Amino acid sequence: MPIPILMPALSPTMEEGKLAKWHVKEGDKVSSGDVIAEIETDKATMEVEAVDEGRIGKLLVAEGTENVPVNKPIAILLGEGEDVSALKDAPAAPTAPHSKVEAPKQDAAPVAPQPVVPQPAAPAAKAPAPHEAGARIFASPLAKRIAKEKGVDLAVLTGTGPRGRIVKADVEGAKPGAAAPRAAVQGAAPAVAGPAIDPRAFYEAGSYEEVPLDSMRRTIARRLTQAMQEIPHFYLTIDCELDELLRVRKHLNETGGVKLSVNDFLIRASALALMKVPNANVSFAGTALLKHKHADIGIAVALDGGLITPIIRHAETKGLAEIAAEAKELAERARTKKLKPQEFEGGSFSISNLGMFGIKNFTAVINPPQAAILAVGKGEERAVVRNGKIEAATVMTVTMSCDHRAIDGALGAQFLEAFKAFVEYPPSMLL
Amino acid sequence: MADTNYDLVIIGSGPGGYVAAVRAGQLGLKTAIVERDALGGICLNWGCIPTKALLRSAEIYHMLHRLEEFGIKADNISFDAAAVVKRSRKVAETLSNGVKFLMKKNKVDVIEGVGRLAGAGKVAVEGKAGKSELTAKNIILATGARARTLPGLEPDGKLVWTYREAMVPPAMPKSLLVIGSGAIGIEFASFYRAFGAEVTVVEVMDRILPVEDAEISELAAKAFKKSGMTILTSAKVEKLDKGAGSVTATIVTKDGKSQQITAERVISAVGITGNVENLGLEAAGVKVERGHVVVNEWLETGVKGIYAIGDLVGAPWLAHKAMHEGVMAVERLAGLKELHPLDVTKVPGCTYSYPQIASVGLTEAKAGEGGREIRVGRFPFRGNGKAIALGEPDGLVKTIFDAKTGELLGAHMIGAEVTELIQGYTVAKTLEATEAELMQTIFPHPTLSETMHESVLDAFGRALHI
Repeated sequence: MPIPILMPALSPTMEEGKLAKWHVKEGDKVSSGDVIAEIETDKATMEVEAVDEGRIGKLLVAEGTENVPVNKPIAILLGEGEDVSALKDAPAAPTAPHSKVEAPKQDAAPVAPQPVVPQPAAPAAKAPAPHEAGARIFASPLAKRIAKEKGVDLAVLTGTGPRGRIVKADVEGAKPGAAAPRAAVQGAAPAVAGPAIDPRAFYEAGSYEEVPLDSMRRTIARRLTQAMQEIPHFYLTIDCELDELLRVRKHLNETGGVKLSVNDFLIRASALALMKVPNANVSFAGTALLKHKHADIGIAVALDGGLITPIIRHAETKGLAEIAAEAKELAERARTKKLKPQEFEGGSFSISNLGMFGIKNFTAVINPPQAAILAVGKGEERAVVRNGKIEAATVMTVTMSCDHRAIDGALGAQFLEAFKAFVEYPPSMLL
Repeated sequence: MADTNYDLVIIGSGPGGYVAAVRAGQLGLKTAIVERDALGGICLNWGCIPTKALLRSAEIYHMLHRLEEFGIKADNISFDAAAVVKRSRKVAETLSNGVKFLMKKNKVDVIEGVGRLAGAGKVAVEGKAGKSELTAKNIILATGARARTLPGLEPDGKLVWTYREAMVPPAMPKSLLVIGSGAIGIEFASFYRAFGAEVTVVEVMDRILPVEDAEISELAAKAFKKSGMTILTSAKVEKLDKGAGSVTATIVTKDGKSQQITAERVISAVGITGNVENLGLEAAGVKVERGHVVVNEWLETGVKGIYAIGDLVGAPWLAHKAMHEGVMAVERLAGLKELHPLDVTKVPGCTYSYPQIASVGLTEAKAGEGGREIRVGRFPFRGNGKAIALGEPDGLVKTIFDAKTGELLGAHMIGAEVTELIQGYTVAKTLEATEAELMQTIFPHPTLSETMHESVLDAFGRALHI
């Protein structure tokens, strides 16, 4: 029997991707492990390998097609002795690429149900839900019963009943497998929910160029909107003196045969501070806090038209040289979109540094499922008062955004205190 | 000259129209309602309400014949047909005045006359006071419907009646032929039978009340026959021959047999058709199909700013459906959120015959379609203390559940006061209750409503009093 090859999920949160390239054509023989296609997501390009042996009977999705939903058949594999005639029931012609972006809804009226995109069977915790887990979910008895039967997690649904109550129709439209959201905020549909009022209304046609969102932009829009709406952010700012760190860095760079950046020190300082204040190394999981055992530090890397946050795993176990090498390598692969999903998903903390652009101080949006992010400003010479005297010192201002569901003010302050201590006296990082 | 610029103009003040006007008033819309006859439309003046007044008289008269059963004695029981009709008219008048008050309270301008669409955002009104033109940002068409007529069976208002003449009989006819056994036909059959007329009901389908559950239809037919009615199903009235004071109908049954029945009066109750004429619909671009205005699930006609509701847009032809749509259309045009299209399986239906019939949702046959596994519960009034005490032991409550999900798919009732009881199941359906919540609900004892609880329990093999 012909076997459909499905659009793979490269990561638990992947919902769709671009079929960047076919490495095979119809009629080609493939065996298990052969690379058959390249899939591009908003963050990475991955090769797809054949799982079964056989002959490519039909390519169902044209090269270059964007927004191919996960689990959609992309090709048909024929077994031994089967020919193309076995394909009469196969889906028709390649899907045309559709890059058109849905216009924001002008009408305030209820929106038609969004098409549901098939989901990988992924752990629910990875996908932030419309309902804060643990909070009471309003659903009709019938909706609850059907959800239970279908294996749909009510927490990921958006209710359309009175005051957002989940009703039968909401559950019937959902796919089983936990993280199958149907609401637009989840980005199940190709388009991200637009602003309530179409900005086009304010500008004369032709006075601007309309650039459709690429998948990275869409993901950024969706995830950060969600993060800002769901996570109660608060901000803590502290100044760190850098003179000692710069001195140590200069010395190591001149003598150690390495090239350390200030950021590498900040990564290690963060990792060690998280170990020292382990309650700040957490994720909010609705019914529980996940206290991470390792410090997995994400570093925001600016890309052309977006950004990505690759993660240095177990950073507390790594020395400065190792961190420097890994950060450099990750950033480079991020720029060429060669990161694997597991290299940028998850993490327990992030650092975003805009110091190189001269920014003195800023606040960053938390990157779920993490509970904090550190926004780092420029290290600059400032006048500081010490023992009643004004002195010059190199000072850097950092602002931590905290998820108040997981981290309280005093806890965040304790973390920053530890961080500042490591930064201001780097030899303590050796302990 | 008063300001004739409105946010909303409603044509027709039946239950759909006047309720829409009240809701519009509540939302602060400047609203006018155009009515060619009396406020309240057919429902209040020539439909639901006056017939309920007539049927109340019939019920009391019926009970008077059962007095001894209850240990009461009375002699010389009789009725005054004119007084029965007079009371009914008085009730209608009271309610029409009530609507007048509601319009005033909600600052709705009432404009007497015949309204029609007159170009984009305009309604022309032709009334006794002359012609006028209103400007409206939005228009709701709520002109309702009228009795459908079949060729050869056209009412003449004298010997062959529609509901309208049937409601104001100069005297009680001694014999009556009712064509059509929907709610309207059955209610009049019941009314005239109670006052002693020989009543024959002719239904073209194979059972009376064809939209009801088959089991309920059968029980109703049995009860009506017991009361002395003649019921002919799978039968068609071929022609009517009018005599001096009576009509002879030629009736052909499905098996080809023909018979003649002579009755003093004939009531034609073979359905209704929308009042789509002389509304300027075609010029406005509003689509009409099979005598009804075509609308989408939001009651939009497709022409910007023009909505249509109630009987004008089609079945079920029920006042409460029109009221619901009136509110929805207004909320829609006012930009309110969280609206839901009408779900006809949540619209209850009531027939005020003796016995009464009420239902909501799917019939057993419909529920089982497509191989759906269902559970059916039945509970007879005979097992209910209150029904026995009332002397109303004939009745049945039937409930139908989806065996898998516990969804209440339908409820069907026949018996005393069931029209007042059905709302319980309607609420349950709207809240999406399953059998579990209905079972846990505490029903007061002793009431007829306990039969509703028992029927649910019975569907799952747990009925207590049977």
